[in-house]
This record gives sequence, C-alpha cells and structure tokens, in this order.
Amino acid sequence: MNPFIEIITQPDNIAIVIMVLMVSFFMAWAFQQALHNDKLRATGYAIEGEHDQDVDTFKPLVRIELIISLVVVLGLTIWSIAVDAPLEEIANPTLTPNPAKAPWYFLGLQELLVYFDPWLAGVVLPSLIVVGLLAIPYIDINPKGNGYYTFSERKYSIMIFSFGFFILWLLLIVIGVFDRGPGWLWYWPWQEWDTHRVVFEPTTDLSMLVGIESRSLGGFILGAIVVGAYLIGGMILPYKYWQKKSPELLQQLGMTRYVTIVFLFITMMSVPIKMILRLVFLVKYVWITPWFNV
Amino acid sequence: MNSLFDKVKSNLIWKSAFRRDYRNNVRDRALAIFGNVFLHLHPVKVRESAVKLRYTWGMGGITFLAFIILTITGVVLMFYYHPTVDQAYSDMKDFEFQVPYGVITRNLHRWGAHFMVIVVMIHMFRVFMTGSYKAPRQFNWGVGVILLVLTFLLSFTGYLLPWDQLGFWAITVGTNMGAATPLLGYQGPFSEYLHITPYNDIRFALLGGARVGGNALLRSYIWHCVAIPLIATILMFVHFWRVRKDGGISRPQNN
Repeated sequence: MNPFIEIITQPDNIAIVIMVLMVSFFMAWAFQQALHNDKLRATGYAIEGEHDQDVDTFKPLVRIELIISLVVVLGLTIWSIAVDAPLEEIANPTLTPNPAKAPWYFLGLQELLVYFDPWLAGVVLPSLIVVGLLAIPYIDINPKGNGYYTFSERKYSIMIFSFGFFILWLLLIVIGVFDRGPGWLWYWPWQEWDTHRVVFEPTTDLSMLVGIESRSLGGFILGAIVVGAYLIGGMILPYKYWQKKSPELLQQLGMTRYVTIVFLFITMMSVPIKMILRLVFLVKYVWITPWFNV
Repeated sequence: MNSLFDKVKSNLIWKSAFRRDYRNNVRDRALAIFGNVFLHLHPVKVRESAVKLRYTWGMGGITFLAFIILTITGVVLMFYYHPTVDQAYSDMKDFEFQVPYGVITRNLHRWGAHFMVIVVMIHMFRVFMTGSYKAPRQFNWGVGVILLVLTFLLSFTGYLLPWDQLGFWAITVGTNMGAATPLLGYQGPFSEYLHITPYNDIRFALLGGARVGGNALLRSYIWHCVAIPLIATILMFVHFWRVRKDGGISRPQNN
C-alpha cells in the first residue's frame, strides 16, 4: 500500500486526521467571526449579543443540546463500527518497538526531546505550559474582547496564543505522529520507514562555533553568558522599549505581571530558537554545565 | 391511542414520577428546567446569543458528553477486566472475542477518549478566542486548565491497561520523563545531592517500582477508574457552577 495512505489510515492515526480537520475548521470559523465582528465594529454596527434578549432554555437550548448529543453519539458509533481499536502483541519488556512513541497528545513534548534534554522537554516546559495557561487571565489586562470574537482588539494575545497552540503544540504533534519513524528520524508521510537507515549528522555545541571547547571552563562561561544574556536581555529590552513607547502600559502592568509575561514569552520563544539552532547550525547544546545542559 | 396515553398519564405510578403535565406556557417552560435534576444545571432563561451554535460550538457540552460516554463504556469494560499482569491482556482478548458487543464497546471507549482530548482542546481555543477568561471568569479558566490536564492524565493512565506493546512502551516513554525531574528524578539535575536513586525518585512513585510492571498496572487502573474521575467530577461541578455564578455564557458587556 502507498505509505501515505497507510500511515493516515492506521486506526489510532485516524483520530489525528480528525483532529487536524476539526481544528482547521474551528480555527477558520473563529477567525472568520473575529474579522466579521471587527468589520461591524469599524463601521459602527453592533455585534451579535450586544442587544439580545432572554429566551427560554426549554426548549431552544435543550433542543440544540439534544441534537448535538445525538450527532456526537451517532458519529462515535459509526467511527466505532468502521474502525477497530488496535490491540497489539502482549507487553514485552525485552522487545522495544522502534520508534517507541508516547500517546499522541504528548508527541509534541516528545518532539522537543530532539532539541532539549529530558528535564527541560519532559518536565520544565510542560509545567510552564500549564503555569502559563493558568496565568493567562491574570496577566492579560486588556479589558476588550470579552465575550465576542475579535482580532483587532486583542492582536498580540491572540497571535501569541495561536503560535503556541497551533505551531508549538498541534503542529509538533502532527510531526510526531506522521513524520517521525525509526530512530526518531524524519520521514515524509509518503516515505517508507527503514529501520536500518542511519543518518550521520555530527552536532556541535554553540561555543564550538567560535572555537571554544564546550566542556572547558571557557565554554562553560561563554554558555552562561549566552543563556544569561538571553534571559536578562529578554527581560530588560522590552522594558526599555515600552518605557519609550507607552510608559502607561508598564504602569498598568506592574512589575510582577511584566516579569511573568516576559518570562513566559521568552521561555516559549526559546523553543523555536533552539529548533533553528539545532536544525540550521547543528547546535546541540548552548550551555554545558556539570549538572545540566541547555 | 390518545385514551391509552391519558390512561398511562393518569396512572398513580406515572403521576408519582412526573408530578405535573407539561403545557407550553411560561410557568411550565421554567418548571421543565428547574423541576428536573439534570436540566437544572441550566438557568431558566438564557441570552439568545448564548444559544447560538456559532458562538460556543457546543464544545464544553460535547466534552462533558464524551466524559459520560466514557464513564458508561468504561464501567462495562471494568466488569470484564482484572488489573494484573497475568490476566489484563487475555481479558482484553476475551472481551473482544467472547463478550457480546465487546469490540464496539471497546472501540467506543478508545475513540471516545481520543475525541474527548480533541474537543477539550478546541473548547479551550474557543474560550480563549472569545476572551471568556477575562473578568469575572478568571478563576473558572483555571479550573478548566486543570480539567484539561486531568483529561490528558485520564487518557494517559488508560493507555497502559490493555497491557499490550503500544501501551507498555508509551507509558515507559512517558514516565521516563519523570526520571528527569530536577531534584526529584534520579536522572534529573541536582538529584544526587538529595540522594535520589531509581528506587526512591518520582518515577518510582508513579510506577510503584523502578520499571513498568504489575504495580504500575494497578496504579494506572486506580488512577484511571477511580481517583482521576472522582477529582475531575468534583472539578466539573465547580466548573459548571461557576459558569452560572459568573453570569452564564460570556457575551459583550456593553448592554
């Protein structure tokens, strides 16, 4: 069979195909409504919900709920008739499958293992995702766009969230499911997996690029400077910029919020930065210490 | 036919269950909601815009429906399942080949679980895009984030239960991450200063052992079937309650 058809019709992968279709559809629907509302606002019209009335819950809402429930139950039933859940061979601790993949919704995190050591990819970054999500209502002090779809009134928060959700979370999941084969090597979905394929890809460390041995004291100091500069510079530069551009915004945010926002943002951006370093410059580590590597 | 209907409806047993007739008037439309233990989750009246499918996409409700479907199919699965290394896998085979509708019940549970993870993420996306986490709903967004994490954990703990190669290695890969926890995992940074070994680290606590085995299977089973559903149910009560108390489905403020 065509490898592409094969990989997207694997029973568990059908869920990922459904996810891609559903997410694309709802992403389009959300942005379509956002742009529609923005246009209404710009031309002075009221948006939906601004002047609406109470209606009885019974039956309008209950009817919709019933219909949706029936559609969902019907859909899941058809899915369950059409596709059987796989049951592989009995668990065998002595036989490691290649590739051994985590459940699909954690494949984005597993993908991060290419770029970060496990303590970052598997523990620190996922924890910070949860912390960041929890923090959203408390760090986003823009009162606009509460209760309706809009883009123009909350451009930056929507762009940052969308980047995290669609690219760093969902796209990495899709890559993990469809593009990672034996040895966690990259395979296009239409490529046949080859368990004997070996890719010789010598990696280097950041300090090696300027000729300093990364496991030496000099490499350690250089790495510390780079990582420190990223964190401290990332903290100070936006502050200086905003101080000039809109000091009242900084005033409203306050120090705690500012530090939280910028810390979460530069942590998030460290993911694509490290990916580029690894993929383009073949840099494995930026900073090697006796205790951990970044 | 009508007279038969009337007879049933005037019957003592029927009347004890359904206290009053439904006539299409304001009072009965309200009573249909708050006189019903399941429907009284809803307010009697809602804003017209809140009922619009294009606003909420019904995603929160669909997530809850998926949870109910999973609870029902999960309970059926539990009747036939022993969480032991010797029996788990053969129980799955038995369930598929010997139990009537076993295959479709297991399929519903598996695909329903994938579906729930998908819709809960889309629900979060919708709530974000409508800015519904903003005041006064900040706290409920937090409850929702915890429920999202619990949904992942529910699915994750269920992965191991069939005791097949897929689940065994997915859980091995997943819990190996725990070993890398700073301070608390034996491979994590700084853990040597706390004398952390593979036999006392966080991964050991998750698995009940240094590798995935019988204890891990039992722990998965109890987390999956009892502990996480209990916690999630309590948080769902809070989540739904707060939707009501924070003013219902969000909508533009200026009216």
